[in-house]
Amino acid sequence: MEHEGIFDEMWGRDGVLREPYARFNAWFEGEDPKRLRAKQREAEELFRLTGITFNVYGRAEAEERLIPFDIIPRIISAQEWQKLSRGIDQRVRAINAFLHDIYHRQEIIKAGRIPERLISGNEAFLPQMIGVSPPGGVYTHIVGIDLVRTGPEEFLVLEDNARTPSGVSYMLENRETMLQMFPELFSHNHVQPVQNYPRDLLRSLMACAPQTASGKPTVAVLTPGIYNSAYFEHAFLADQMGVELVEGTDLRVVDGRVAMRTTRGYKPIDVLYRRVDDDFLDPLNFNPDSRLGVPGIMDVYRAGGITIANAPGTGIADDKAIYSYMPDIVEFYTGEPPILKNVPTWRCSEPEALAYVLDHLDELVVKEVHGSGGYGMLIGPTATKRDLAAFRKKLKARPGNYIAQPTLSLSTVPIFSRTGLAPRHVDLRPFVLVSPDGISTTPGGLTRVALKKGSLVVNSSQGGGTKDTWVLEE
Amino acid sequence: MRLKIRHRTRYVFDHPVSYGLQQIRKTPKSTHQQVVYDWTTRVAGGRKELSFEDHHNNIVELLSFERDATELVVTSAGEVELSNTNGVVGRHIGPAPLWLYRQVSARTRPGPAVRALTRAAEGPSDIERLHALMKLVSGAVAYEVGTSHSDWGAEEALTQARGVCQDHAHVFIACAREMGFPSRYVSGYLMLDDRVEQDAMHAWAEAHVDGLGWIGFDPSNGISPDERYVRVATGLDYADAAPVIGMRVGGTGEALDVEIEVAQQ
Amino acid sequence: MLGKTANGLFWMYRYLERAENTARLIETGQRIALTRLHDSDAEWRSILQSAAVCEGYDAVHDSVTKEAAIDWMLRSRDNPSSVMSSVAAARQNARVVRTALTHEVWEAMNGTYMRVKDRLARKVSERDLPSALGAIRQRTAFVRGATHGTMLRNDIFNFSRIGTFLERADNTARILDVKYYVLLPSVMAVGSAVDNVQWETILRSVSARGGFRMEYGSSIDPRDIARFLILDKRMPRSLAFGVAAIRKNLNHLVADYGSRPPSFGMADHIERSYLSYDIDAIFDYGLHEFIQKVLSLVEELGRQIEIDYRFYE
Repeated sequence: MEHEGIFDEMWGRDGVLREPYARFNAWFEGEDPKRLRAKQREAEELFRLTGITFNVYGRAEAEERLIPFDIIPRIISAQEWQKLSRGIDQRVRAINAFLHDIYHRQEIIKAGRIPERLISGNEAFLPQMIGVSPPGGVYTHIVGIDLVRTGPEEFLVLEDNARTPSGVSYMLENRETMLQMFPELFSHNHVQPVQNYPRDLLRSLMACAPQTASGKPTVAVLTPGIYNSAYFEHAFLADQMGVELVEGTDLRVVDGRVAMRTTRGYKPIDVLYRRVDDDFLDPLNFNPDSRLGVPGIMDVYRAGGITIANAPGTGIADDKAIYSYMPDIVEFYTGEPPILKNVPTWRCSEPEALAYVLDHLDELVVKEVHGSGGYGMLIGPTATKRDLAAFRKKLKARPGNYIAQPTLSLSTVPIFSRTGLAPRHVDLRPFVLVSPDGISTTPGGLTRVALKKGSLVVNSSQGGGTKDTWVLEE
Repeated sequence: MRLKIRHRTRYVFDHPVSYGLQQIRKTPKSTHQQVVYDWTTRVAGGRKELSFEDHHNNIVELLSFERDATELVVTSAGEVELSNTNGVVGRHIGPAPLWLYRQVSARTRPGPAVRALTRAAEGPSDIERLHALMKLVSGAVAYEVGTSHSDWGAEEALTQARGVCQDHAHVFIACAREMGFPSRYVSGYLMLDDRVEQDAMHAWAEAHVDGLGWIGFDPSNGISPDERYVRVATGLDYADAAPVIGMRVGGTGEALDVEIEVAQQ
Repeated sequence: MLGKTANGLFWMYRYLERAENTARLIETGQRIALTRLHDSDAEWRSILQSAAVCEGYDAVHDSVTKEAAIDWMLRSRDNPSSVMSSVAAARQNARVVRTALTHEVWEAMNGTYMRVKDRLARKVSERDLPSALGAIRQRTAFVRGATHGTMLRNDIFNFSRIGTFLERADNTARILDVKYYVLLPSVMAVGSAVDNVQWETILRSVSARGGFRMEYGSSIDPRDIARFLILDKRMPRSLAFGVAAIRKNLNHLVADYGSRPPSFGMADHIERSYLSYDIDAIFDYGLHEFIQKVLSLVEELGRQIEIDYRFYE
């Protein structure tokens, strides 16, 4: 089962079963692989029927694909989780403090902890947010922190998602599917529940309602529409929270508020959980060609008439150029050393770093500062000579556009393959809710798994799959 | 000097507006060189939805059209007491950080013409260089009403060598930023000595000089603003400070009529 | 509820009903073709007319053939009212209103779409046609069953039902509109073999053969057919039944929302002024004129509902 030097979360480095997997393994060994294979198919059928699909960009509009689901859970012990969640809590606290500072006095720049050009030259900085104090003081109501693991104790932050992190519906549906298919597993293993997420999300959004809200705040989810790749998730969350799923065309400014067109007339919204990017949010204030947004919503926002979750302009906190400063940012705002480490990162905007990166291109992963979804990145060790040469050119032309990181030996978790258990690389995205009452991380998250042997790319848009993620009770 | 200002904008549409919004920046604020009295905005054919202060510290009002309106009339009026500060506006208040005004914006993107003009602006001190720049701008861009386009940037205006106050301001701002000065666009009212009725609002520029703070420059008139200038809105360029930004559904066949009166009391 | 959601529910159920009605029309056409008593191509044209897809068909075909007509009505993506297009549109609307549907309804709808898409992926041979059509009717009935069994009786349900019955009334009226002439009083006391086929066709195309026989016995009088399809309130596809159902659902909305918009008055008016008399009065009015009048009133009612409940801005 073991790979040379790579940490497997079930079998360690030396093939000895690790404690969190003990009960699962006992169950697994007693199972008939044929039955499991049938279950795997059943799971897929369930997903297809439920419509848990994502749309693939750049293809026929109606193409909907399933994200492959693997039935072997990824299991994390209570102690491991405790440390993780403390680290996440600290990081998210820092992110919110950073956002407040950046859109107000910018003390961190004045203190010389980050260079001014990091903000001034950054397209993710939204001038229209300057001076805005969002209701409840919360900028990032929902955060996804992407983590990778390289050893028993080593969790590293790969990326912060402070804009509109997606994937939480898979965390919930994966658990639901496992509960339906293998109820017996959950009586042997005491797994911390994730199912409260929608309720917690609603509560946390309501707690951030603006002062203009009277009575029970009205919450709605704003989606770009059924052709968006994450439409399923938008509908799922609205459904689970019991709130309306709206599109820009359902909304307009009425009596100084953002209101939705209902069968009984316009009804004001207090908190809008938007899954539309900043640029498309308000054609009056941002991209005038956007048909997805609500003209004037930023005006209502600045006037204090609505809460937008996440706040516009939070992208400045999860930009890959900012990422490399996160350890400083955490320390600056919390006064504590960071609990979670970053992956070592070379900023190609710095000449020395660039020289190093160019010299070691075949060993590094190079990413676009503003990219996401695994697009536009170079994985040195698996790249062809031609790829490397092409990337070298791009790097030299616009060094500020890239950062580089070492290729990590990511941990593996077994998947249930045709030939039995087979180790595959994974990452983890826990979901964090922020409200004036505090920060809470749902125990678990979305485990993405590279289905191809040896592959490090876990993105669903590039053939990755998902697993249920268990955090065991103490 | 005390000025009485009345600014009335009337839109008439061939086809009714089924839905529309206007974001207006027409309300001056009291500062140390101007005190605003009894300023009101009245709307007919629409309503005031809300108001707020934007990131340039401007007062912004959001108006909506009445359903199926074929006419919208917005009237701003009030009085402003002014004092002459020789163009000095004072220290930077914010909320935007000063560095924001070093940023290149769409209409102030420098090209070869802007850079050439910048190189020509010389002087022994910051202030003198900026004054030299102001003269260069008025010399390089002839004031001609109706020949420039409102979406022109600084580079276009310089290349075409003509324009109005908006273009002068953009050229000045683009050059001042090239020279390293934070700089911004100002829209406002200017009292003219020979008449009360005016065709349009005025625009000029401000640059920030260490030690002195913001200083106004009006390249169209070749002077720093005095007690005849009423500051209304500021921004990186016209887009941020425009008196009206709007969107509407329907309302084709627009006819616009503007009346501005600026009179000394 | 969002106006958009009401709109989506309305159209989801209209399209679902349309898919079922079109499948039934194809079945009827196929059945007549087998009797060979009649010019089958002409019959297919009238079937196309009943399904209101004739214009679109003519735009891309030179002549009416059985094979082309069936394919056009069953599978064509160029025909927005084909069974395939209707099921896809119903499902697309279901996606938009997903938060208003129960899990059971959504899964039934999604499963229906997947199954129908599968069955209609390739041209359906004559031999497979009956089972394909049967499967389609079964699947749409499945969605309806989930709707009845799991949905709350609130405004969501009302808009779903209004969509269903508007489509159904429209469909029944259209069938009558195309075939009204065979129902007109004739000098012959007994219908010819051809007439008998035509009458059968009408009854079949609204799944009413059994019901009719139960009520009127096995001898067919065209006047009875007209009465059955227009006025009989026990017949779930009659005009009177459909309009009454729309009125009842609108009435629920009136009570629920506490306001009585124009659409309610319109439904009430259609019911009282056109569907409460006996069949003689309708023949006196002129069967064709009557059908056309009801068709246009129902269409107008649909438009008024869209306005009253803010389907669009």
